[in-house]
Amino acid sequence: MAVDAEQILGEATVPSSPLVRPPRKRGAAVLSVFAENKLALAGLVIIVLVVLFCFLGPVFYSTNQVSSNLAISGLAPSASHPLGTDNVGYDELGRLMAGGQSSIEIGFAAAAIASVLGVLWGAVSGYFGGIVDTVMMRIVDAFLALPVLFVLLLMAAIVKVNAFNLTLVVALFSWLVPARLIRGETLSLRTREYIQAVRGMGGGAGRSIFLHVIPNAIGTIVVNITFQVADAILVLATLGYLGFGIPPPAANWGSMLSQGVTYLYSGYWWLIYPVGGLIILTVMAFNLVGDALRDAFDVRLQRR
Amino acid sequence: MVIVLVSIITFLLLHLLPGGAARAMLGVRATPSSVRAFNIANGYNHPLPLQYVSYVDRLFHGNLGFSYKTNEPVSTLLSQDLPKSAYLSGLALIFTVLIAVPLGIYQAVRRNKPDDYALTSLSFVGYSMPAFWLGLLLIAVFAVYTKLLPPEAPQTAGVGGAFSDPKAMILPVLTLTIVGVASFSRYMRSSAIENLAQDYIRTARAKGVTKRGVLYRHLLRNAILPIVTLIGLSLPTLMSGNLVTESVFNYPGVGLLFWNSAQARDYPVLLALTLVVGVLTVVGNLLADIAYGIVDRRVRYA
Repeated sequence: MAVDAEQILGEATVPSSPLVRPPRKRGAAVLSVFAENKLALAGLVIIVLVVLFCFLGPVFYSTNQVSSNLAISGLAPSASHPLGTDNVGYDELGRLMAGGQSSIEIGFAAAAIASVLGVLWGAVSGYFGGIVDTVMMRIVDAFLALPVLFVLLLMAAIVKVNAFNLTLVVALFSWLVPARLIRGETLSLRTREYIQAVRGMGGGAGRSIFLHVIPNAIGTIVVNITFQVADAILVLATLGYLGFGIPPPAANWGSMLSQGVTYLYSGYWWLIYPVGGLIILTVMAFNLVGDALRDAFDVRLQRR
Repeated sequence: MVIVLVSIITFLLLHLLPGGAARAMLGVRATPSSVRAFNIANGYNHPLPLQYVSYVDRLFHGNLGFSYKTNEPVSTLLSQDLPKSAYLSGLALIFTVLIAVPLGIYQAVRRNKPDDYALTSLSFVGYSMPAFWLGLLLIAVFAVYTKLLPPEAPQTAGVGGAFSDPKAMILPVLTLTIVGVASFSRYMRSSAIENLAQDYIRTARAKGVTKRGVLYRHLLRNAILPIVTLIGLSLPTLMSGNLVTESVFNYPGVGLLFWNSAQARDYPVLLALTLVVGVLTVVGNLLADIAYGIVDRRVRYA
């Protein structure tokens, strides 16, 4: 697993400028702290397994996830359907894979969009300071004051729910925390000598922000992305459970659960426990890795 | 300032509606003339800034708008459901603090021992668990398999009904408490560990204060600060209720009202509730800051 860790972390610490302090030492230090944490390695293993299960699984275990078949609905687990079938005859194991694909794809995409937006917003706000900073941060405060789940449901009620819109809606309310974190980081970074030197040599704000501030805040950014993915998957499951997931035949874990619950009294246990377990496992794995990365990068950040 | 921005955001959200509010209320089959009549009757034909001013003016007069579906004022709906949400969330918050604070201190004292690891792992699972999944598990165990408790929350209209059926309140309160304890105890543990390493603890021990006295007289007061912040941040949920838990147990509070309105596309109710909770959040943060000064005298604001 150490190889996987190296790939992920190695990518994250690649310098975008020769002026950044030698990254190899820091990368190695981060890696060693990370590798010492057994829980984090376990989390990483789980993430790799879940990703393999969802994306490679259908290659080896192909099922029909497009058209329903009422003739085989509600079957208990058996040799031909290892986890049974649901109320309209989709194979449950295959559906777990399909639902996982969309959860992970949307989770990562939303986290990526939110991070780019949040990092830029925070870096600009912190770098310029003054009135720009005040206005930009009050906007963040206003968004933070809105109840997230309320607004997400509101947005889901307004727009047509599909993968693209869902990604945007989740991202729209996830960039606030990284914006605040990066602003804090930028406030301290902009007083450092090397940023002062760039200014003194006539470097513009864009150069400072993109080549110096952001690369030096990479620890905070990476740690935050990990938590964002976990939160996004959780939010997606909740939206799906509340009836605002991507509509069928597309699968998502939250909707699968809310459908399975209807049959709880009929004893269709295979419709709820595997999905529920998988959601917890995935979210927990991202949280474990995030926690370990935080220790490794020695980032102090508070989660909302 | 933040409250003004919150009101602008919710106001603009209303205008994000495809086809505008008229289409949402009259349906897609509405004729252009009825849409025009609706827009004029509701003042939607005025320029946006002007509409915003009259929107704020209405807010100041306590008019939160009317439900498209039931035609009741939103303030009436809110005053019906708010006490019930406050009762459920308040009860859960009290239990959460009563359990999480001693638990966090216990874990800090026993840190890195097997029982601390066990508790930390448990709280990690609880932290990663969606609230609706936890509620479902509790229903499955206590209502479906063992039939010890009813699966639904009290359904009565008044808050008095919720008091009259305490058995039905157990599962919703338990769900919220477990979720709360999982995150509160994490903060309490790290705050207590940080404070245990401070000099004043050693001084207290050295002058002969008992172990219990140190923990509950000296440590508690200093380590509880993050909990005060968390309580301030959870104040809005006292009012807004917990949407997920309320929908799992069908508890008729503000959260369930919001969910039902979202499914019915009842936009005035949705926007008004969002605005009210947003404003309450700002107030909650302010209260937390004030409480900080009371609990910790070092943080007195000049």
